Amino acid sequence: MTLVLTGASAGAWSAASTAAFETAPRGRPGLAPDADADAQVHPAAKRPASLYRAAEPETSEAVLELVGVSLSFGGVAALSEVDLSVRRGEILAIIGPNGAGKSSIVNVISGVYPPDRGHVRLKGQRYGQVPTQKLARLGVARTFQNLALFPGLSVLDNVVAGRAHRARSSFIEQLAGFGRAKRERLDARERAADVIDFLQLSPLSERLVGTLPYGLQKRVELARALVAEPDILLLDEPMAGMTATEKNEMAGFVTAARDRFGTTVVLIEHDIGVVMSLSDRVAVFDHGRRIALGTPAEVQRDQRVIDAYLGVAEDENAGEGEEL
Amino acid sequence: MTMTAFATDLIPDTRPSRGLPGWALPVSVLAVAYLAVPLLATNYLFEAILLPFLALSLAGVGLNILTGYAGQVSLGSAAFMAVGAYAAYNLNLRVEGLPLIGSLVLAGLSAAVIGLAFGLPSLRLKGFYLAVSTLAAQFFVQWALTKFSWFSNDSASGVIDAPPLNIGGVALDGPVGRYLFALTVVAVLTFLSHRLVISQTGRNFIAVRDNETAARIIGVPVLKTKLLAFAVSSFIIGIAGVLWAFAYLRTVEPAGFNLDRSFQILFIVIIGGLATIRGAFFGAALIVVFPLVLSRFGAFVLGDVFDSGVLDMSQRIVLGALIILFLVLEPDGLAALGHRIRRRLPTVLSRR
Ligand SMILES: Nc1ncnc2c1ncn2[C@@H]1O[C@H](COP(=O)(O)OP(=O)(O)O)[C@@H](O)[C@H]1O
Ligand SMILES: [Mg+2]
Repeated sequence: MTLVLTGASAGAWSAASTAAFETAPRGRPGLAPDADADAQVHPAAKRPASLYRAAEPETSEAVLELVGVSLSFGGVAALSEVDLSVRRGEILAIIGPNGAGKSSIVNVISGVYPPDRGHVRLKGQRYGQVPTQKLARLGVARTFQNLALFPGLSVLDNVVAGRAHRARSSFIEQLAGFGRAKRERLDARERAADVIDFLQLSPLSERLVGTLPYGLQKRVELARALVAEPDILLLDEPMAGMTATEKNEMAGFVTAARDRFGTTVVLIEHDIGVVMSLSDRVAVFDHGRRIALGTPAEVQRDQRVIDAYLGVAEDENAGEGEEL
Repeated sequence: MTMTAFATDLIPDTRPSRGLPGWALPVSVLAVAYLAVPLLATNYLFEAILLPFLALSLAGVGLNILTGYAGQVSLGSAAFMAVGAYAAYNLNLRVEGLPLIGSLVLAGLSAAVIGLAFGLPSLRLKGFYLAVSTLAAQFFVQWALTKFSWFSNDSASGVIDAPPLNIGGVALDGPVGRYLFALTVVAVLTFLSHRLVISQTGRNFIAVRDNETAARIIGVPVLKTKLLAFAVSSFIIGIAGVLWAFAYLRTVEPAGFNLDRSFQILFIVIIGGLATIRGAFFGAALIVVFPLVLSRFGAFVLGDVFDSGVLDMSQRIVLGALIILFLVLEPDGLAALGHRIRRRLPTVLSRR
């Protein structure tokens, strides 16, 4: 069975060839029970993986890791024993059908949901629950699947707000308006103007953000995340509901942001074409489990991915070695 | 309460054609208020309209910071006014040689402390539940001021009389003096409020109001921001209470700061427009002038039938209808209405 996955036109293809296939981590506590099964399904894929490991240990450049993360909502398992490590400077796409747990991953990383089990490793620190209020200072910025802008603020002020984590001046200093408060204000405005310019939003910068069309609001949200100069950028379906042109523009911005600032990007996206052309690695989720992880090309050949996307009931494939 | 509160103060006014700078309007209003009004206005105008208008406008500005900008609904405004009024009274009475400005600022700070305490539930509660919990402030303060006669220097039923007002030896006891005093206090605090809402802190208020999770994620200290909104708002409302007691009524009792007053201030903010400083002035003007107009009009049309009972009832009915009308048709209040008219006017005129 083959699945034709076409690549989008965004000229963003980058270091994908250098990122080798990664099978599920071995011998680590909290290993997902299906991870070995995962490896068994792809005997051919093992070779490049071991070659890669010989060259450099997998965890050496992990800037963000989920270890054995499980999360459930009243009996519904949103995430089951998820392990995932994100490498510095890569664009890692997370794909999977609706309800697969993609947003839950971003919500766990940003501390919006505390995981039931497992932990998140961020900048060498281990967190049972990531402290959301410190997230920006830890160098993580995110966008939301459903817009989370401040509709009562202009585009410029929404983006300036993205510098909130840098503000040190008290409100009294801000009332007086000189010294540190003034420096912070000017700095935030200047950086916001830069990012707005970069994302080609300048003509709209005085508009109330709530009055913009959906696609542009998504772009403003990206701007608000970028202005924080994050090391890690979590994008939850930044291109959902966009036209093909808008998607291409957005894809261009994401790669440009990575290339310009060296930002590590975790990207949730449904459009397979965009994912294949944009990402260095792809993690595929289904029913809260990671069912595949590798380069776009490897993931495209993966039987489980094909099954999940074609909606084939998993128990019918038990003969192929999948146990769930 | 899901109203679209837009921070119209933050949007550069797209005033057509006239290239007036932003400060032109406030400065000309102040010029008229300081120079023309004292010459032209009658005692009646000061006592019945301008003084309550100034005090209520300031209370509206204070509540707007909390409710309009920071999105925290409060029904305790009158309580914070009472704290301000009684604190200023006691400071003036008990602290030898404290100048009026000193007791004014300390009264504001007292109200801020009480506001902070009653703002603590906001860390857990939202919307309707928070509004109900702020009622606690309303009932507690009124109870405490009536129960402990110390607050009113042992006067019957907690009534207090304002001390003579003077600043630097200049007596301000006539209507004009009290008007100029109130005007100055209101002008200064309004200016500072404007500075606040366009600052990083003001942006934080709006961020918390519009999307608390997103605010937290970009690094807005959400809890601190909410408490600060309560403190600043109560500070301003407390000082509005001092103006109410010292400059306007001169004799007040705790019952004057009841739930009706809290609602009145909330209506000022809703009618004037959430998250606009100038809206509070429009709202207060309407609330103050409207009953007077209604009573004249009622007496004119209905004659003797229109007694105080009927007046009170018709006032409530019309005001209630007005608020519903505003919530439905112009949720952004008089300020937005004015804004729209200003924008359309040139187009309408140029068609002639
Ligand atoms: N806040 C929540 N309350 C209840 N169930 C939730 C919540 N968030 C997610 N879920 C459930 O968790 C599962 C995974 O959801 P989600 O992570 O949003 O999936 P995806 O982003 O892949 O579509 C779904 O079954 C969803 O219904
Ligand atoms: Mg999702």
